[in-house]
Amino acid sequence: MNVETAPALSDPDLAASDLDDLGLGREDYRTLYHTMRLQREFEERVYRLFRQGRLVGAAYAGAGHEAIAAGSAYALGDADILVPMHRVIGAHFLRGHTARDMMCQYLGRANGPTAGKDGNMHCGDWDHHIVGMISHLGANIPVAAGVALASKIRGGGAVSLTYIGEGGSSIGDFHEGLNFAAVHSLPMVLIVENNKFAYSTPTRFEYACEHIVDRARGYGVEGALVDGTDVRAVYKATRDAVDLAREGGGPTLIEARCTRLLGHAQHDDAFYVPKDIMEDGWNNDPVTKAESLLLERKYFTREEIDGIQEEVKGIVDDAVDYAEQSPLPEPEEALQGVYAD
Amino acid sequence: MPPVTYLEAISSGLREEMERDESVFCLGEDIGVYGGAFKITKGFLDDFGEDRVIDAPVAESVIIGAAMGAALMGMRPVAEMQFADFITCGFNQLVNNVAKTHYRWGAAVPLVVRCPSGAIGNAGPFHSQNPEAWFCKVPGLKVVAPATTYDAKGLLKSSIRDNNPVLYFEHKGLYRFPRIREEIPEEDYTVPIGEAAVRREGGDATIVTYGKMVFHSLDAAETLAGEGVETEVLDLRSLLPYDKQAILESVRKTNRLLVVHEDTLTGGFGGEIAAVVAEEAFEHLDAPVRRLAAIDTPVPFSPPLEQYFLPNTEKVTTALRELLAY
Repeated sequence: MNVETAPALSDPDLAASDLDDLGLGREDYRTLYHTMRLQREFEERVYRLFRQGRLVGAAYAGAGHEAIAAGSAYALGDADILVPMHRVIGAHFLRGHTARDMMCQYLGRANGPTAGKDGNMHCGDWDHHIVGMISHLGANIPVAAGVALASKIRGGGAVSLTYIGEGGSSIGDFHEGLNFAAVHSLPMVLIVENNKFAYSTPTRFEYACEHIVDRARGYGVEGALVDGTDVRAVYKATRDAVDLAREGGGPTLIEARCTRLLGHAQHDDAFYVPKDIMEDGWNNDPVTKAESLLLERKYFTREEIDGIQEEVKGIVDDAVDYAEQSPLPEPEEALQGVYAD
Repeated sequence: MPPVTYLEAISSGLREEMERDESVFCLGEDIGVYGGAFKITKGFLDDFGEDRVIDAPVAESVIIGAAMGAALMGMRPVAEMQFADFITCGFNQLVNNVAKTHYRWGAAVPLVVRCPSGAIGNAGPFHSQNPEAWFCKVPGLKVVAPATTYDAKGLLKSSIRDNNPVLYFEHKGLYRFPRIREEIPEEDYTVPIGEAAVRREGGDATIVTYGKMVFHSLDAAETLAGEGVETEVLDLRSLLPYDKQAILESVRKTNRLLVVHEDTLTGGFGGEIAAVVAEEAFEHLDAPVRRLAAIDTPVPFSPPLEQYFLPNTEKVTTALRELLAY
């Protein structure tokens, strides 16, 4: 989708035309919905553990971003590389991190993906082709470009998929990484999760162009503006971008618009978000929207949807039990792993 | 094989590693058709092609960040900073991303960042610096600074073969330094990271130094040898990790220590050496540890200012005399 032809988000034809023909079957929709539901359930539990004093460290959630997480990562193949951010835990789940893995990670356990060396969403895992994020948002856009560079040099067609908030899109690494990927026509997809607030700062203090995707033309890359609360729209845009990248067509900048339904992190009640924005956000809750779609299209019955919700709750219950019973690292483990052998 | 320069040794070391291992590639500004600002990669583009000799935009953060991404994929990138001074633009990638990745989630990041460093005459505050100390307090990085032609090649090969990120500081003043032109082995060899080398043996005082200051130190030692004083000159070669045992052994033998570096004094790597000697060899010292370094200012441009700024043979000689006179 070219920038010039990017439809307005309110375009009712978007859902009606392209999206009915995604080639997704019942099992695909089950996986997508299950992933979104699991993200919501998992992160609600993380918040609750925080309030109960059972969590280690801070709690972040991607409430409102679930369709972006699931829809984008579902467009990847096994050999592709995910370079995620903190609001797309669903993408971790799709790449193979289990709820047990991620809860152990949140609780600083020895058997988590970082063995307690780092917390919450800061975990990579090369077995699952996941690069670990760092707190310096945007820093991994150059890394994703490098992953794509190696893929291009070596062949094999692997694509890197990475993310940034509209907040992080202001940092220099956004420019350096996307420009480098554009110059070398690298197989990279960059999704800007535009949730309207960088912590507390509204978009009018973040950028002056109308849409962040407007920048695509400036970099000479493809651009797509999608409704980030519609899992099918995110999936389609990402799949198109991944296909283009795999064919040697270079990177795509996708702006996926959504609303952050909670504060920046658990401590933040988001008092600065105008009520109408928050209400609109909850009225477009991506998880509820996906559920309505599945019911309306009769892909699933109410009972089946309820069954998925029960299943997800069980997975999270189990993850909490498992993580809380898992060992903490031995103190002197702090010395290990600074250098590779 | 005829004698080669330090610069030629770096270039041939890099070339041989690229021939030996297809995963090695170069990335940097003007390294392609131009062959690099100092011509380290001259001819590489023709010989290895655009996929392995990549001209990057003027953007150090993506040069280092992309090197990290490629390293995660199993490549062994050698990134060039056009001048070591510009490494600050990639500082975050190095200290927060590259350095911490293996510790955090176990993925090795085997990359080399080549950093042409040091003052070579009136290049001013932004083309003359020795920024190594900033990185010597970053767990996860390795830092090397070869002084000799033999070491330049051997340490580069070790750096490329190491499974960790290595910052390779190559002093621009050594590139074509006639005195260190030497015949080096035709066959493959490496110099281990973390081992110092005794450049001159002596029993009366120790100079611990690295990079171009090795030669000012040797000249000062030679001057004092004429006065009957034998100075040991220890070339660290690697700063992270550094050869603590070699330092302590020498100090326990000579009982006097002068640390010399071209970087500025305060917060320079010499402070670490002084501290470790104070902690672990205090009872062997006959005099306080002495540090000689550049003055604590930016590197000034105009000749008299720059000469005032830099350590040189005369200043090392004076410091050594003062140390011995204590």
